[in-house]
Amino acid sequence: MIVYIVRRLMQAALVMVVMSILVFVGIYLIGDPVLMMISPDASELEREAVRRALHLDLPMWRQYLLFVNDALHGNFGRSFLAGQPAMGLIFERFPATLELAFASLVMSLAIGLPMGVYAGLRPSTPGSKAIMTGSILGFSLPNFWVGLMLIMVFAVMLPDLIPGWPRLPASGRGATVDVLGVPLSFLTLDGLRHLLLPAITLSLYKGALIVRLARATAREVLPMDYVKFARAKGLSERRIVGVHVLKNIMIPIATVSGLEFGQTVAFAVVTETVFSWPGVGKLLIDSILLLDRPVVVAYLVIIVFFFVVLNLVVDLLYSVLDPRVRLESRAT
Amino acid sequence: MSATLSVRNLRTHFFTKEGVAKAVDGVDFDVAPGEILGLVGESGSGKTVTGFSILGLIDPPGRIVEGSSIRFNGEELTAASPERLRAIRGAAIAMIFQDPMMTLNPVLRVDTQMIETVQAHVKVSAAEARDRARKALVQVGIPSPDERLRAYPHQFSGGMRQRVAIAIALLHKPKLIVADEPTTALDVTIQGQILFEAQRLCRESGTAMIWVTHDLAVVAGLADRIAVMYAGRIVELGRTADVIERPMHPYTKGLIGSVPSQNTRGHRLAQIPGMTPSLLRLPAGCAFKARCPIAVDKCNEMPALEEHRPGHWARCWRAAA
Amino acid sequence: MTDAALEPAPLEPVVAAAPQTPLRRIVSDFCENRLAVFGLVLVVLSIFVAAFAPLISPQNPFDIANLDLLDAKSPPGTVSGDGRITYWLGTDGQARDMMSAIFYGMRISLFVGFVSVLAALAIGVVVGLVAAYAGGRTDAFLMRFVDIMLSFPAILVALILLSVLGKGIDKVLIALILVQWAYFARAARGAALVERNKEYVEAATCLALPPWRIVFRHMLPNCMPSLIVIATITLARAIALEATLSFLGVGVPVTQPSLGMLISNGFEFLLSGSYWISFFPGVALAIAIVGINLAGDHLRDVLNPRNLR
Repeated sequence: MIVYIVRRLMQAALVMVVMSILVFVGIYLIGDPVLMMISPDASELEREAVRRALHLDLPMWRQYLLFVNDALHGNFGRSFLAGQPAMGLIFERFPATLELAFASLVMSLAIGLPMGVYAGLRPSTPGSKAIMTGSILGFSLPNFWVGLMLIMVFAVMLPDLIPGWPRLPASGRGATVDVLGVPLSFLTLDGLRHLLLPAITLSLYKGALIVRLARATAREVLPMDYVKFARAKGLSERRIVGVHVLKNIMIPIATVSGLEFGQTVAFAVVTETVFSWPGVGKLLIDSILLLDRPVVVAYLVIIVFFFVVLNLVVDLLYSVLDPRVRLESRAT
Repeated sequence: MSATLSVRNLRTHFFTKEGVAKAVDGVDFDVAPGEILGLVGESGSGKTVTGFSILGLIDPPGRIVEGSSIRFNGEELTAASPERLRAIRGAAIAMIFQDPMMTLNPVLRVDTQMIETVQAHVKVSAAEARDRARKALVQVGIPSPDERLRAYPHQFSGGMRQRVAIAIALLHKPKLIVADEPTTALDVTIQGQILFEAQRLCRESGTAMIWVTHDLAVVAGLADRIAVMYAGRIVELGRTADVIERPMHPYTKGLIGSVPSQNTRGHRLAQIPGMTPSLLRLPAGCAFKARCPIAVDKCNEMPALEEHRPGHWARCWRAAA
Repeated sequence: MTDAALEPAPLEPVVAAAPQTPLRRIVSDFCENRLAVFGLVLVVLSIFVAAFAPLISPQNPFDIANLDLLDAKSPPGTVSGDGRITYWLGTDGQARDMMSAIFYGMRISLFVGFVSVLAALAIGVVVGLVAAYAGGRTDAFLMRFVDIMLSFPAILVALILLSVLGKGIDKVLIALILVQWAYFARAARGAALVERNKEYVEAATCLALPPWRIVFRHMLPNCMPSLIVIATITLARAIALEATLSFLGVGVPVTQPSLGMLISNGFEFLLSGSYWISFFPGVALAIAIVGINLAGDHLRDVLNPRNLR
């Protein structure tokens, strides 16, 4: 088991090195950040000074080595624009993104799982068919457009048309409460109001995915002999569905939810842009559009690391949930 | 002595898009306390559906048709409420399935699956339920039961799993056990052990048993009486010795002829030509006539199940022949 | 098998009413599902609009001479200042007729979707089949690469690629192809591995046919059903992804507005109540994607090898 984890971590380190080179070379090729940083009428001398200060005058490979050396010391350079350390900027913004992603994960599970299990248990009822068609809409509708339409309806139209209808905020995080130094929105009413629309937007796709997965697994598990045997044992229908069927459904659901959590964090880029949610996604887009190289690179390093860890955790989770897998990994 | 189970005119039909499949179509038999009835037939003969019908475990599109009667200890099961059926299942009537690899839920520990069975029928503490489970495992000959209880099904061999399934069936000392080919998926040596075990348990506790199988050789040494099914109907019913030694129905004769034995060594094994007819398109009259070597014109009418010798019934116009 | 009664062996082989080709069976199975047919109608409608945009649009939205800034942000149903056309879906901030802009936008969105998926399909199939046929280290290396590609969200990879490449339809195409080929590679390899062990491939090998011939003439056709299904799903995703990238400002240039770009343009007017600038392009986008997914979802059931007898 430990050998397995170590091997996975080494693989991850390799991926991170390759990614950092690719990104560094890629970013190096585009634009001259100096042009964007100082006023157009600055003298050549001033420009040269800035360039030297940022090591932009050195050849690319030396810049990369400098970057790696700094990175290993936890220093990813300073944002060209904000002047703050890039890593600090990202850590500052990460909680907002994680909060949003987590809220949408909870939402999609709370809604998607019961719907999917129902559609699996009663596949031919009109309700199930509506759920399945709805799920196609759920993963078809472009995420950002859904966000815009939610803003249109809940932040503009309904409050305009119906007097007294609460106007939901369309941007920002609202009031936050610091928990262990991390600001969180969901603990205040204002924060929850701000969280609602972006979380719904982000949960739509994953909710649809969970509906389909839960239904497919339920349909797979129900005809199994052990379900019929559970009936033959005289168990109540509630116990059969709630324990025998659900436990089997939860294995793929947990795995996919874990992997999808990474996708959600990535997709938050879009949702955060729509709702001006001050997370890392918004930061990334702004940095890309403004050629803020250190921030982009720092984001990528963090996100690759995040993904690697997440994949590893999901693998371990899988082996905890499924007793059959557990034995095999112990044997090897 | 009144029968533990008394099945009369049992008809279980499947209402599919292609038509009505009469999987079981007018089956009658009794099982006495402590008796083992072998229910023999090939795939599609309706033997498994008969077993499931007794427990009320027929899933749509199948259902037990109006006019069927299943009396268990004097209680009419076809009229029982779903809740009453649930209370009977696993307690008074238990079932053992064919494939032990598939009957235990792979993601739940053995103790979970045994304790829930105890607690589904009697209000006892988890500790007491666990103790019952432990005793049941000892009863079916599983060594170090405490350790085994904490294991997952995949950590057992096939034979061990079937013993666990039998232990689950025995938890509530049922009056009737329906065993659906419980030894088919096992090695021959294990098969023998399980058969012996089953026979002993029935004799000791007076439990009635219906042993569903396609293998005449298996029930020959086990059952007190044998019922042979073909295309949803019983075609021959009698004491094991009578049916094996003096079969009356040509289908039973064919089955016996196709069992290899010492007497047939060196000879070509007999086989029954043709295949089971589709249950959706059963011919009028005797379903076996197309494959029957002695069929006559009369066979276009359905023969009744008649007692041609004392306690030995057959559904054939030429049973006496 | 506990319930053998459900699959009785027929006494005589069931003779089909008419000789049925696999294609005819697929078509008739497909048409059984009304929702899927509805999806197909949506797809055909989208393609029609895209193909004939110049002919059916009331206005050429790219011709600045046509635009009258006085008509900017007119709500749906407004008649233009000169009385020549009615803006059924309103106009945007530059007085472009939204309906015409949507027709032209659909053209760009579908073009990007189809071209990127076809190119990704071609690359992925070659990689997948090579991996399956070669096996061993080549296979392990290629699939490891594919796994790593697939473990990162497409949106992030595309975003980073485009931030390096810059704007433009060609750049978007490159990014989309690069994030999509891996799906096809994995699917093609999976399907080919199943086929590889079948007898006809062994027979072809015994005949000493050249490897490329075995791979492309024999193994590829048998992988097609699963590849077609994945292609429809990927097509829907590609169109959505392009729209998303354009919305984020790293996709198509302003001069060639796809549907995503149109939605993005309307974003700033949304809060002031000019909903139609974002709403209608989004509806058009949704029609195309939902249509593809509805049809594709049922196509998967119809093409399922388990149903192919």
